[in-house]
Amino acid sequence: MFAVAADRVWKYFGDYPALRGASVEVERGSCLALLGRNGAGKTTLLRILANLSRPSKGEIRMSCDKRGIGYLGHGIGVYDDLSAMENLLLFGELMGVADPRKAALEALDRVGLTRVKDGLAREFSRGMRQRLAVARAFLHLPEVLLLDEPFTSLDDRAIAVLQSLLKGALAAGATIVMSTHQIREAMELATHVALLERGKIVFTGPQTPEMVADPGWLYRNYGEGA
Amino acid sequence: MKHGLATAFAIARKDLRTELRTKESINASASFALVILVLFSFAFNLERDEFYAISGGLLWLVYSFAGALIVNRSFARELPNDCLDVLIASPAPGWSIFLGKAMAAFVLLVIVEAISLPIFGLFYNIHWMDSAGPLVLIILLATWGITVVGAAFSAVIVNVRLRELMLPVLLYPVLIPLLIAAMGSTTALLSGESMTGDNSSYFRQLIGFDAMYTALALYMIEFILVL
Repeated sequence: MFAVAADRVWKYFGDYPALRGASVEVERGSCLALLGRNGAGKTTLLRILANLSRPSKGEIRMSCDKRGIGYLGHGIGVYDDLSAMENLLLFGELMGVADPRKAALEALDRVGLTRVKDGLAREFSRGMRQRLAVARAFLHLPEVLLLDEPFTSLDDRAIAVLQSLLKGALAAGATIVMSTHQIREAMELATHVALLERGKIVFTGPQTPEMVADPGWLYRNYGEGA
Repeated sequence: MKHGLATAFAIARKDLRTELRTKESINASASFALVILVLFSFAFNLERDEFYAISGGLLWLVYSFAGALIVNRSFARELPNDCLDVLIASPAPGWSIFLGKAMAAFVLLVIVEAISLPIFGLFYNIHWMDSAGPLVLIILLATWGITVVGAAFSAVIVNVRLRELMLPVLLYPVLIPLLIAAMGSTTALLSGESMTGDNSSYFRQLIGFDAMYTALALYMIEFILVL
């Protein structure tokens, strides 16, 4: 049973095809690490999956509607001039959470920001803002998590918080799709791996010990010039 | 529908709250309106009757320019930290995001207008209180038109680098029918005419403009936000 599927998806920016017939299926309850070099099309594919962009051709299928999707993009997606609590209450209302206040308090507790819940996000350190972004993405306990470079520029504590939340979500049956360059962190969680090269998916399959032991193995065997 | 309206109000509340904390567009807009009103009062050396004859045009030039400063920020304030992506990825329908933005801009522009209307009366010696009821109705109708078209163009140009320059170029040509009706009806009211007969067509023009552009913007916004 697939939670997320992309079927021969093309995306043009002007005449340039950022995606060229990319197809991938992600089983429910699994974690797909979407690997590829800069410009391979990872972010474009994730944005299409998150309904932030329309495919030029092809089709996207999701097992849930937008209420079941959690998205963490390049930006942290929180308002600097609102407090941590106000940010989460707003997103709770947008996500249609039944009790936004309870959900917000639980989310703040999960990321260790309860003590500063009334502080403005602009007054937070970079690490605290990143943890608030993680709390926002997990606020409504999504069925499908779409994460674009989730570990990039996170501090150690935020990485630990995110990894623990992702492991918890996986254990609870959530499906995760994450694009990343940080293969070691990704391989701790990934059950499956897809490699994108110039807009095409050139490899999909379960994660193997070779991939964990050697981050370059996948590129050498399936990447350009393999 | 119910969730859409609830999220529209949540987005409007958020925009008003952040604006009241930062005061970034309301300060600029109110200051601009007051400075222009004061400058015009020195620039024209007119008799009292002549001031009444240009009162509508003068007032709506100021309000429409002040409005552009407010609507320019409608969608641009979502750009820091990529908040617009999170709004679009949320289950909130596009029309509710737009409606929330337009409502917040409407409230902010009405505040600017409420501040500048007494100043306008004072500097130009115009007794607007005599026709306050219909005047307020015209101001509300025309202000909604300005904010709904302005917020829609704010969404169109949100990713354009020179959006502050682009907005007036796009906005004012579309606002011409609305501004003609607002200026004509305001001049008529301030000159002591009633809003019956030929003057009632201004009301119909304002209502028609608002209905048409609100419907168009609510329908089109999904195609504007997700490309």
